[in-house]
Amino acid sequence: MKTIVGAPKELFLGDARVALTPDSALHLQKLGFECLVELGAGQKSGFSDEAYRSAGVTVVDSAAELYDQAHVVVKVRPPEPSEMERLRPGQTLISFFYPTQNKELLEQAKHTGANVIAMDMVPRISRAQKMDALSSMANIAGYRAVIEAGNNFGRFFTGQVTAAGKVPPAKVLVIGAGVAGLAAIGTATSLGAITYAFDVRPEVAEQIESMGAEFVFLDFKDQVADGAATDGYAAPSSPEFREKQLRKFRELAPEIDIVITTALIPGRDAPKLWLADMVAMMKPGSVIIDLAAERGGNCDLTVAEQRVVSDNGVVVVGYTDFPSRMAAQASTLYSTNIRHMMADLTPAKDGKIVHNMEDDVIRGATIAFEGGITFPPPPPKIQAIATQKPKEREKEPTPEEKRAVEAAAFKAQSRSQAILLLVATVLLLIVGSQAPASFMNHFVVFVLACFVGFQVIWNVSHSLHTPLMAVTNAVSGIVILGALLQIGSGSWLVVVLAALSVLVATINIVGGFMVTRRMLAMFQKS
Amino acid sequence: MMIGIVSAAYISAAVLFIFSLGGLSGQESAKRAVWYGIVGMALAVIATVFGPGMGNWFIIVLMIAGGAVLGHYVASRVQMTEMPQLVAALHSFVGLAAVFVGFNAHIEAARIAGMDATARAMLSGFAGILAHKDPVELAIMKVEVFLGVFIGAVTFTGSVVAFGKLAGKVDGKSNKLPGGHFLNAGAAVLSLILLLMCVNGAGVWTLILMTLLAFFIGYHLIMGIGGADMPVVVSMLNSYSGWAAAAIGFTLGNDLLIVVGALVGSSGAILSYIMCKAMNRSFVSVILGGFGGGSTGPAMAIEGEQIAIDADGVASALNDADSIVIVPGYGMAVAQAQQPVAELTRKLRAAGKTVRFAIHPVAGRLPGHMNVLLAEAKVPYDIVLEMDEINDDFPSTDVVIVIGSNDIVNPAAQEDPNSPIAGMPVLEVWKAKQVFVSKRGHGTGYSGIENPLFYKSNTRMFYGDARKSVEQLLPLSL
Repeated sequence: MKTIVGAPKELFLGDARVALTPDSALHLQKLGFECLVELGAGQKSGFSDEAYRSAGVTVVDSAAELYDQAHVVVKVRPPEPSEMERLRPGQTLISFFYPTQNKELLEQAKHTGANVIAMDMVPRISRAQKMDALSSMANIAGYRAVIEAGNNFGRFFTGQVTAAGKVPPAKVLVIGAGVAGLAAIGTATSLGAITYAFDVRPEVAEQIESMGAEFVFLDFKDQVADGAATDGYAAPSSPEFREKQLRKFRELAPEIDIVITTALIPGRDAPKLWLADMVAMMKPGSVIIDLAAERGGNCDLTVAEQRVVSDNGVVVVGYTDFPSRMAAQASTLYSTNIRHMMADLTPAKDGKIVHNMEDDVIRGATIAFEGGITFPPPPPKIQAIATQKPKEREKEPTPEEKRAVEAAAFKAQSRSQAILLLVATVLLLIVGSQAPASFMNHFVVFVLACFVGFQVIWNVSHSLHTPLMAVTNAVSGIVILGALLQIGSGSWLVVVLAALSVLVATINIVGGFMVTRRMLAMFQKS
Repeated sequence: MMIGIVSAAYISAAVLFIFSLGGLSGQESAKRAVWYGIVGMALAVIATVFGPGMGNWFIIVLMIAGGAVLGHYVASRVQMTEMPQLVAALHSFVGLAAVFVGFNAHIEAARIAGMDATARAMLSGFAGILAHKDPVELAIMKVEVFLGVFIGAVTFTGSVVAFGKLAGKVDGKSNKLPGGHFLNAGAAVLSLILLLMCVNGAGVWTLILMTLLAFFIGYHLIMGIGGADMPVVVSMLNSYSGWAAAAIGFTLGNDLLIVVGALVGSSGAILSYIMCKAMNRSFVSVILGGFGGGSTGPAMAIEGEQIAIDADGVASALNDADSIVIVPGYGMAVAQAQQPVAELTRKLRAAGKTVRFAIHPVAGRLPGHMNVLLAEAKVPYDIVLEMDEINDDFPSTDVVIVIGSNDIVNPAAQEDPNSPIAGMPVLEVWKAKQVFVSKRGHGTGYSGIENPLFYKSNTRMFYGDARKSVEQLLPLSL
């Protein structure tokens, strides 16, 4: 019998996503699985039951039926207790789980005896990127945050000069340059806004700049927040650092039109970074989108799930369901993450689940296995992110220093040239004192020709090096002159050798020039 | 013709040759420059043939005609991918001719030494010059002959082996006899001893023995150098062929030969220097052969996996991209993929995309080899850029396609100080948004070094023969 993968309807109110799309079902079928979906599960994401059926997916009427038939249950939100009850030993559940926060649920999972894979626990290593559902959801959240901000913001993002007057560009500040932050930066920049971004990890400055934003640089000596130590996430910062950071934000607040905060620290409440006084400093009509609302919010005024307006007319949006607000996109990406996870679980592609607890990725994501809790996982064998090399900011040399360096270089160069010339002269004098005049004449010609050669050849374009070789080939056929001079000799041996030389040298000359001409004729300008 | 007119012709020829090489600084002026070279050569030959003291007209005409026919035949038949072989073969001819001319000078000198004074006075031409040399000049001449023959012989066998390796007739791997470079050094020392013996009056056998030793050195030296170091080898042989000509010029007292020899010699030397610099290796280490001597620690571990992609994926990425850079390497030449690559370039350019080529100085088996192949396929030269011109543009490039090159795009050169190629200037393709690598299989490059580029998250491997792969793309792209 084939292994059956089933996706129920999400119970959590208002979540429109689904863990299986018709497209991902096709891929799963290729891996040897049979697919099930609960009636209407994809409705809110825009996938009709009909679409599922035509992709070869069986549509079942109720969740009970689905849990009964499926060997593997895939869903998005962490399971509700009622859903946990339906699980049976040997069954596999794949979904978001947040085991650190949901201890009770984890206990319940142990008792059911089912194997639970938490998509949020997939280790952050390169190999597992394709199943990193947190990143794909964060990406959507970052994009949607900008769109949501635009929806609440009464002006253009991009600056324009129109017949009806000049419009200044919007200024966007993104706090926290994780996946969501970077996605927000990219979206805001491509809409034409001037984007600033802040992160406590100095190593992300390059990524921020590559997305087109300006990194808000904080000059703080002791802070070497190493992303590698915390699995690529930010660590809590020291009070002094926080003070400095808040001062910087206060400085920026009056100019900024849109603030998008995405700062989260693993296993803690979201840090408060945008305080009430900063909101008060902002212009009326400004917008704050708080992506950390679910964990208390980065902004003082944030109310989870709601859009509030401050006394001075700043809109603070605390929605927590950004991915679900783009259900079609979110479902597509999430189901692809799930599909990759399934592919790793079936190494033979024969529809047989092999729950390999030796595998770093599978081990890391599995939180309950065969009636026992397997969370937290042991540290992975491969380190997630290479240790950060201490980056030294190069100091601009002062003009005096620069001049001193240049002068030293000039002196060194003069010295080495003088030594070279001296040695060459001495050598020449030695040769000259011994050799007869006729030799010296030729020698002078030789040395001069070498110099001319060096000067001329340095100017040859790199792309013409092959023609250069061909033409020097042809030109070095000049040895023909030697042979020609000798061919009139009285000795037959000399004549034969000279004749042969003339022959091969001529091949060289004619062949070399012809092939050069052929090559050069091919070089064409567009 | 008077000797004065001959000299004048020689001066003009020398100037023309300098123009000819100097003209290669740009694609357009190069087309004119070749004609300078041809006219210069014609002047030199005609002046010599009609100069004083010439004889055996019939043989001269016959040989020149024969050589011209052969040269024409070869030059018009050669494929552009076979250029490295042809260049190597032509070098061997120069070497051989230098050996012959050197021997002739020795034989002629020996013949004249046996004549009495009246017979000497009757001599003309080259023999006449020899007859008027005093003993010191004759000794110097022997040194010159020795040098000319030595360099010529090394050039000859070296070029023959290089030809064999480039044409695939000889195994391209580094291949040394037991004893390695001590054999070469020993042979060189022995040659020096023979030179001293010859100058002190030993017979012609010293010259012959030295020639054989030099033949051996040339053979063994180049056998010990691997296939991808051939750009350096070929430029080095180019240089040698020039020095050989210059040495012959000294022997014969002919300034034009000296000038041209020096020009060619320095040209080859500069090319070798540029090639070595592009590999961040010293000339000596290339000649001594083999990679991996200077490695000081374990190579950096590579993470991630190579992810394959099919033609559809590459094509859709190309269709979405605005700026594309193609990095060709020897693999493109081997697969003869330059025509489909050019076709793809035309299509992409017609669709309004920016397509450029990035050429590493040591891509291929000959300096500038890729440029010639692309030119043959009618890729306009103004979109074919050097490493220094394009390296800064990679971060703003959407798609990079690497076709058949490996070490020249290896990020380990910059990231891993323990890598054998650490410090070598490379094309920074990994900074582009997306990189596709067209490659035959999973193997490492010539240097045997793993390439972390293939494991980067923005790299996709497009496995298969380069030509077939690119041909698959053609109907799919816009």
